[in-house]
Amino acid sequence: MLKLNQIYKVFNEGTMDEKIALNHLNLSMNQGDFVTIIGSNGAGKSTLLNLIAGKLIPDLGEVIVADKNLTQASEHKRSRLIGRVFQDPMAGTAPTLTIEENLAIAYGRTHRRGFSLGVTKKRKSFFKEKLESLQLNLENRLSAKVGLLSGGERQALSLLMATFTEPSILLLDEHTAALDPSRAELITALTKKIVEENNLTALMVTHNMQQAIDLGNRLIMMDRGEIIFEADQDRKKGLTVEELLKEFQQIRGGTMTDRAVLA
Amino acid sequence: MQIAIFGAFEAGVIYAIMALGVYLSFRILDFPDLTVDGSFVTGAAVAAILIVEGVNPILATLAALLAGFIAGCLTGLLHTKGKINPLLSGILMMIALYSINLRIMGKSNVPLLQEETLMTSISNGWKSLGLDESIQAILATIGLSSFIPKTWAIAIIMSVLVLLLKLALDWFLKTEIGLSIRATGDNETMIRSFAANTDSLKIIGLGMSNALVACSGALIAQYNGFSDVGMGIGMIVIGLASVIIGEAVFGAKTIVRATLAVIGGAILYRIIVTLALRVDFLETGDMKMITAFIVICALVIPKMWGQFKEKRSKKKRLLASQQKKTSIKDRGETLA
Repeated sequence: MLKLNQIYKVFNEGTMDEKIALNHLNLSMNQGDFVTIIGSNGAGKSTLLNLIAGKLIPDLGEVIVADKNLTQASEHKRSRLIGRVFQDPMAGTAPTLTIEENLAIAYGRTHRRGFSLGVTKKRKSFFKEKLESLQLNLENRLSAKVGLLSGGERQALSLLMATFTEPSILLLDEHTAALDPSRAELITALTKKIVEENNLTALMVTHNMQQAIDLGNRLIMMDRGEIIFEADQDRKKGLTVEELLKEFQQIRGGTMTDRAVLA
Repeated sequence: MQIAIFGAFEAGVIYAIMALGVYLSFRILDFPDLTVDGSFVTGAAVAAILIVEGVNPILATLAALLAGFIAGCLTGLLHTKGKINPLLSGILMMIALYSINLRIMGKSNVPLLQEETLMTSISNGWKSLGLDESIQAILATIGLSSFIPKTWAIAIIMSVLVLLLKLALDWFLKTEIGLSIRATGDNETMIRSFAANTDSLKIIGLGMSNALVACSGALIAQYNGFSDVGMGIGMIVIGLASVIIGEAVFGAKTIVRATLAVIGGAILYRIIVTLALRVDFLETGDMKMITAFIVICALVIPKMWGQFKEKRSKKKRLLASQQKKTSIKDRGETLA
């Protein structure tokens, strides 16, 4: 479903601040794979997501989604295939539009938009049905402005909007990090449910190691632009946070300097 | 006095089309577009020159609309493809349009007084229907017989036109493209992640905004009986004034309400200016200053009023909680 070949990206090339963000990185994901990515700050996790999403273009290498080479495709073109949920709960929705209007925009992701009404009766009942699955009572607030919702509600809505048109790839960029613990738990549970139910192919960046172990069928640890450790389904089952930290120390010979250690 | 206010209403309704355009760029796209000062005149110039050449006034007005659309698209191109700051792209386009408008007209002023315009044909057609007399009769029965404008035609037909444009705009902003344009002004990151090309949406939005502005300019030229190269100066401020006054007075909770508020704001603005100009020591030349003053008032007063109300309610709450405390204390003492 997703193939990254020899991705190489440098920031501030030729200056004092030159930094190799991704160093010939390879990653291949099958349909239905749910990969969680951990790593310290500056490891290149966000850069990786931005390269897949098209916000950044790699200096070298290829990005292939659903057998299409999207390396040079513009952000809006490839977002037909890619769903995204951002860390900031405010980033994934339009605040002055209503819930149903936001959903209508998300609904339009897969096709060319025209002059037909965004919110129709038929779509409304479809939206209602989808919102019910969130169990946040949003289905009764279809015409409420999204700006009035709480951060957790907005993030749940973002998650729904990114997934209900079944993208080829779902990118989750620390999408629970800005929420309080109980809300984060709710969104985590929803993520698990939605990804499983729709058999989505997902890539999730997180700082929370326990979350990275609990979710998904594969786990990747990144450092300095490289994948330094990978656990497949079997290896991941018995994994603990302590083991992960030990693994990191063995490979890099240092301690992981990260707020994740506290998690 | 009544005649002057009636005149202000007529002009206000026509300027409301321009205000709708400004609403589209300023509020919906969140793009302070100064092209307006130029594209308003472009509309007037194109319509005036075509009418002088003998083209049907309706076609001339539609041509003006198209010219405005192109001007707006060019501003959009400067901003999105040229990566020029929104304010600066508008200013550049505005200044370029000044010369273009002169070129279109060939001189700085094109009179239309002898020509058949949309306004004259509306008045004439109306007269043949004999509707003015019946309206007058109705007014007489409710005791308003002293007020006799030249014709009701322009006020009524233009009101209908503006309301139709408003309804069209309301509908457009609910279509898939319209929703995407609104989201572009709201949260660009979001709408891009849903496969929308924000560059083209901005270009279309600015084009439509300036099409409305140019349409208003074309109608004003026909209403006033001339097109002048300087008639657009300060137009953006008038548009903003209409939007801001309208939102402050009528509210802007939903799109349907906001567009209505903008129209109301445009009419209200004209009436305020007309009344202000009747004050003895103010001259016609003071108009721009009055406009600036109105906008400042419309921006500052609601804010100050809000702060005042908040302070007052805070004081009340504080007082109430203090009273509660003392009463508890009193009770405590009596118990002791």
